[in-house]
Amino acid sequence: MNFDPRYSGRNFSSVGTRPIRPDGVDKVTGRARYGADFNMAGQLVGRVLRSPHAHALIRKIDTSKAEKLAGVKAVITAKDLPDLTNGDAGMYDILDNCMARTKALYDGHAVAAVAAIDARTARQALKLIEIDYEVLAHVTDVDEAMQHHAPLINDAIFTEGLEEKPVKPSNVTKRSQFGHGDVHQGFGAADFIVERSFKTEQTHQGYIEPHACVASVNLDGTAELWVCTQGHFVYRQHCAQLLGLEASKLRVTSSEIGGGFGGKTHVWAEPVALALSRKAGRPVKLVMTRDEVFRASGPTSATSIDVKIGARKDGTITAAEATLRYSAGPYAGSWAEIGAMTAFACYRLDNVKTVGFEVLVNRPKTAAYRAPSAPMAAFAVESAVDELAKEIGIDPVEFRIKNAAQEGTRSSYGPVYGPIGIGPTLEAVKAHPHMKAPLKQNQGRGMACGFWFNFGGQTCVDLNIGMDGSVSLAVGTVDVGGSRASLSLVAAEELGIDYAQLKAVVADTSSLGYNDMTDGSRGTFSSSMATISAARNAIKILRDRAAQMWDIPVDDVVWEQGHAVAKGDKYGNLGKLSLRDIAAKSGTTGGPIAGHSELVADGAGVSFATHICDVEVDPETGATRVIRYTVVQDAGKAVHPTYVEGQYQGGAAQGIGWALNEEYIYGKDGRLQNAGFLDYRIPVCSDLPMIDTQILEIPNPNHPYGVRGVGETSIVPPLAAIANAVSNAAGVRMTHIPMSPPRILAAIEAERG
Amino acid sequence: MAGVAVSTVINGDAVEYLCQPDEPLLDVLRDRLGLTGAKEGCGTGDCGACSIILDDRLVCSCLVLGAEAEGRRIETVEGMAHGEKLHTLQQKFLEHAALQCGICTPGFLIAAKDLLAKNPDPTEEEIRFGLAGNLCRCTGYDKIVRAVQDAAQVMKGA
Repeated sequence: MNFDPRYSGRNFSSVGTRPIRPDGVDKVTGRARYGADFNMAGQLVGRVLRSPHAHALIRKIDTSKAEKLAGVKAVITAKDLPDLTNGDAGMYDILDNCMARTKALYDGHAVAAVAAIDARTARQALKLIEIDYEVLAHVTDVDEAMQHHAPLINDAIFTEGLEEKPVKPSNVTKRSQFGHGDVHQGFGAADFIVERSFKTEQTHQGYIEPHACVASVNLDGTAELWVCTQGHFVYRQHCAQLLGLEASKLRVTSSEIGGGFGGKTHVWAEPVALALSRKAGRPVKLVMTRDEVFRASGPTSATSIDVKIGARKDGTITAAEATLRYSAGPYAGSWAEIGAMTAFACYRLDNVKTVGFEVLVNRPKTAAYRAPSAPMAAFAVESAVDELAKEIGIDPVEFRIKNAAQEGTRSSYGPVYGPIGIGPTLEAVKAHPHMKAPLKQNQGRGMACGFWFNFGGQTCVDLNIGMDGSVSLAVGTVDVGGSRASLSLVAAEELGIDYAQLKAVVADTSSLGYNDMTDGSRGTFSSSMATISAARNAIKILRDRAAQMWDIPVDDVVWEQGHAVAKGDKYGNLGKLSLRDIAAKSGTTGGPIAGHSELVADGAGVSFATHICDVEVDPETGATRVIRYTVVQDAGKAVHPTYVEGQYQGGAAQGIGWALNEEYIYGKDGRLQNAGFLDYRIPVCSDLPMIDTQILEIPNPNHPYGVRGVGETSIVPPLAAIANAVSNAAGVRMTHIPMSPPRILAAIEAERG
Repeated sequence: MAGVAVSTVINGDAVEYLCQPDEPLLDVLRDRLGLTGAKEGCGTGDCGACSIILDDRLVCSCLVLGAEAEGRRIETVEGMAHGEKLHTLQQKFLEHAALQCGICTPGFLIAAKDLLAKNPDPTEEEIRFGLAGNLCRCTGYDKIVRAVQDAAQVMKGA
């Protein structure tokens, strides 16, 4: 659906307002039901046994003692999840990750599970399972894993994407390359070249709600699953395939979700809970502990990135090159590939080349985390851009403006851009009072840009009009941050009714057609497109019913501001029929009134942001405080501006945690040493300042209102913006994220000599 | 293990239950009494999602035993609204969009209620430190702090 130019400068009546969200009261009164807040009659408690080793052969599992414990109703191992993946390598990896088949591949890898009458019995049973491991050499560091002598994690992996087919297996699963022009020639034309290497450590999405589900498999081959997920339709497909169920007979209901950020797009516990339920013949509730969440779910890639950028004296970039190595956990992924695509996406470049390497390590399987892979690439590139601007002697904002991508620019990853927001965000930053505010001693300012593709995808919406004229909107994209509010606004806008006349719900998999997950910032973008389409379909029926009530041709009926209006002087006496008037008569004019829409939401508009950050670094301790932070981002059209601001602020806060604090710390034994919120410290209220936001609206040409996704881009610039600020404050270039106090102190001391 | 009989008061109502001696109060509230407003985010007292007020003291209910509630008073998020009227903090959290996913919200509301009971006119810094025991991963805290500031102003004037 294309942007309707008539909406340019149009005064929307609902879109752009800030009403209270429809799920709000439930959430402030404690009534909202999340993953762990649901129970079924006769349910058992499921618990998972996990490998204490980073890499080990599983020689034998003896579950007999656990099975004999009173109160234990089922014990399962990989044998109870037979391989039904039929050659689908991606699904096989998911299966193996849910329950290790022959080898434990990371500390925390599931190896067995029990269902018992209560948690205490289940915990006891886990202790009675005996496993004979043969511990193997392991590797957890991304650079070490690429070395020839590194322990091999999977000897069936041969690097894809090389010119010559390799003869030896490797931990590098894939090489990918993007770009155009001739970087060699480009660097030859440069007056200044900056070349740097960067590292970022692994972080977790850190959603406050652990993974939780209740699974019930019946004897007739039907099943139900209640689960916190970003995509219940995708979970249904994956679980059905892994369990050998028919998808339509597995009804998956998405609970309220207590944060996901990409981490709840992957199944872990759900197939295990279903297998336990099938074996025990009773419903099973399975809730991960926080320790399990850290050890076995999430996290993002750790990375090692080399960047080289050259520019002429006048500030024109002549060439840009990056090599990006991303850890994938023990299974193949495309994380470096995404990093390689996004790295230079903000710039207009004649000569650009990026190469990505996917690297296996003995860590949990990498999962998506908000604009996955982009923040690390942006950290490396935007740090080098800042350094280059300094070398040339040009203001870093001006340098970026001079080289920013524009409409018509061929992006570094291939496509040619339509109207985009990178230039406008930079101009807004240049004009922002934050850039002119004075700084004190030990304080520094940094800024950086970020890009994210945004996704569209398969989407389905039902809009049903009750006989009282109230409207229910059933959507299939899980609401992770207020989309029921934004979609209600869109439906109200189209129908011309009051927001309060609508109620939006997230429908279960048996009540609505397939929907892709809420990922790629697609929730409001794609479901609003389907909602507009469904509402317009309903309006057709409403007009038809009005025509019947008036006994005039439907072509003479138009829909205006929530009313059917008869067009033309000859109908002067007819007045108007409201949606309520028409709905009240629906029983005698043709039955229920509804609008449906099934579509692939193509054309998600790319998204850009520029952030400004002020920090204060204590030169004695290396501790950093963020003292001011500003986000400028293009939303296309902000449907519910308060929740758009919320997305900007939340992404910035996560980026601040990643930049300064958060990291997975592995011991020499390959075990995770900080699997808890005490030692893996995410930002708390007293760590942060207010986060100012500025919403720009550059319409997406592929959406009727111009909407772009807004959820993810906000986490892309912070690592670099803060690194640039810290580098300016401390007087030394920081190249390793997180910039924890010991790292900053070491850098300051090294600089002092 | 034999159960422990406990008599306590929850949100003003007398409540009796049996629990195991090693059972956290959070599990009693959620699994035995159906009060699932308090959430388990960590089970180790680090996230504050299970915050309750126990005899006028803000605690993580995952770190209190069910048996310890004997003879005491418990306030949970389920007791904040009165009839059809939301507590001012609840109303301000809605108005300021101080929640996205909402899993941390019950804990924040309880912690904020405790904070304002002890300090009716907190500075921004006092709010930030007062709520530092509660983790939120969605909002960046900005709108939470503003909601508490606004609620404090309204409650002072009431």
